[in-house]
Amino acid sequence: MSQSATLFDKIWDSHTVKSIKNGPSVLYIDRHYIHEVTSPVAFLGLEQRGLSVANPQKTTATPDHNIPTQDQHLSIQDALSRNQVDRLMKNCRNHNIPLYGLNHKWQGIVHVIGPELGLTQPGMTIVCGDSHTSTHGAFGCVAFGIGTSEVEMVLGTQCIMQPKPKKMRIQIDGALSKGVTAKDIALYIISQISTSGGTGHFIEYAGSTIEALSMEGRMTLCNMSIESGARGGLIAPDQTTFEYLKNREFSPQEKNWEEAMEKWALLKTDENASFEKEYVFHAHDIEPMITFGTNPGMGTGITGHIPLADSLAEGERVTYEKSLQYMGFGDGDKLQGKSIDYVFVGSCTNGRIEDLREFAHFIKGKKKADNITAWIVPGSKQVEAQAQEEGLLAILEAAGFELRQPGCSACLAMNDDKIPAGKYAVSTSNRNFEGRQGPGARTLLASPLVAAACAISGKITDPREYLN
Amino acid sequence: MPIEKFIKIQSSAVPVQIENVDTDQIIPARFLKAVERKGFGDNLFRDWRYDKSNNPIIGFPLNETKYSGQILIGGKNFGSGSSREHAAWALYDYGFKVVVSSFFADIFKGNALNNGLLPVQVTSEELSEIFETIEGDTQATFTIDLEQQTFIIDASGKVIDFDINPYKKECLLNGYDDIDYLLSLKKEIEIFESK
Repeated sequence: MSQSATLFDKIWDSHTVKSIKNGPSVLYIDRHYIHEVTSPVAFLGLEQRGLSVANPQKTTATPDHNIPTQDQHLSIQDALSRNQVDRLMKNCRNHNIPLYGLNHKWQGIVHVIGPELGLTQPGMTIVCGDSHTSTHGAFGCVAFGIGTSEVEMVLGTQCIMQPKPKKMRIQIDGALSKGVTAKDIALYIISQISTSGGTGHFIEYAGSTIEALSMEGRMTLCNMSIESGARGGLIAPDQTTFEYLKNREFSPQEKNWEEAMEKWALLKTDENASFEKEYVFHAHDIEPMITFGTNPGMGTGITGHIPLADSLAEGERVTYEKSLQYMGFGDGDKLQGKSIDYVFVGSCTNGRIEDLREFAHFIKGKKKADNITAWIVPGSKQVEAQAQEEGLLAILEAAGFELRQPGCSACLAMNDDKIPAGKYAVSTSNRNFEGRQGPGARTLLASPLVAAACAISGKITDPREYLN
Repeated sequence: MPIEKFIKIQSSAVPVQIENVDTDQIIPARFLKAVERKGFGDNLFRDWRYDKSNNPIIGFPLNETKYSGQILIGGKNFGSGSSREHAAWALYDYGFKVVVSSFFADIFKGNALNNGLLPVQVTSEELSEIFETIEGDTQATFTIDLEQQTFIIDASGKVIDFDINPYKKECLLNGYDDIDYLLSLKKEIEIFESK
């Protein structure tokens, strides 16, 4: 009988090909996602070594980071972006890697399409050259972002070398209040434990609040794990997980499905398993959140004020003041009522169908404020198609919004979707770093519901004012 | 690509006394469009280094001639955010061989080590002492000896021991990279796959 183990241990240990004494583990990777930005140098390295891709079918490619979100049927205007996308296509062709290119019905943000195609399955190890790979932990996977050298390792050997992270459990119980969503949980946790609180750890989210979340909500939460510094975050698979995966394109079918479910149902942390760090939070303490600074930990409940610089340790004040200066805010300011310019709904954090649904249902019968430029960007072609089918597109258009085409878009502003310098954007993405959404852009992270309330009123607004 | 060996260096340092330096600051996303690994140093800290008209911003340490050297000293929680290895490439390409901070983000640390850029973690008190040393003498030198795992403030002779994973230390001292090692495990990986 083995000792009590966490879900993370079970997956990690069962994928360890070899442990180096006092060194990293050689970890076998079940699923590898690649995109155009962090893969070209890896392929170059592979070719320089005269290697081929060890397991082309375990890698899936799609362009997402730098592609335009308008006129995708045309050639990409930006020569450098076009070159990167062309290079991805060429590399996939040369190495027989499945690619869902621009205009393919399955194209989209890599962390949106993996789950929606059923490529992401419980118990897997999953990596991608993108820190938000933590998203896939929602399915009970050990999933994390890697650098390009490691992309090359996976392509060449299907393994990477990783020091085993410590384990952290974040337990949240109780029912969420009206207007509070998974995004608010994520921003709340980071505001409590800081952007480095999770560093060196892999998080397991547990508790009744987590169990009640939909798969989309779980993905949003796990997605933001990296913003607390954690290597990743996971949630034990359950009936919600299985129902989501059933009959997806690459999910096990028929007899294999039954077998897979039996296996997946065992993926749980043992009762007496221990974690190096544990946090307990209560759902009723969480209100709709918004950030005011230049890292995701600088957030507060939407009815709150920006904390006073005096309330911080002396060593932290310089960075804090620099951050508020960038944002054009003063400490002590009330957030509600501040005028904003842009609303961005999308990204691997909140670009799934449930997010568009929430946004659309909120704005139904209302009008976009005149001072707001809104970019609503679906996470994938499938999300886009479903939004149309469900009538969300019509609702958006009637309220003065337009749906763009899938991609990472203004989350990191590699394409033309850049927020102008000095402008305020309420954004459903994951990072409010300086310049993240364009040089000089000022980002306020929030949920799709908060974004919707802000888009209607033109200023920072508590969505609960509209919910009865 | 094999990495350059790292054994020992002595150099002055450039202080960037800001906390939570994320990889978007080290290299903004709009400069990630290359398909080869070169030239990223030109855009290192782009938006802190240059204004909208591409003029150097006075006061940013990389633009101050009084600061130079192969060591970058950063505030707490250095390298958070995006997994872009371009951040490590940009620092290395610019000429840094060592980054010192009181805390590093995980992915950045791994990426740095995979590129021969040594992350040296010190305590917050030691970090303050290093910043103060540079404030007192901008050309103050420091000696980093990987074999001994020591960071020495040359002026005072203070020796700061730092941790590094023994496997990674071996890789850096010898210029080995992980892929060579993984390729040597081909048989074991095949056996694992067939299970």
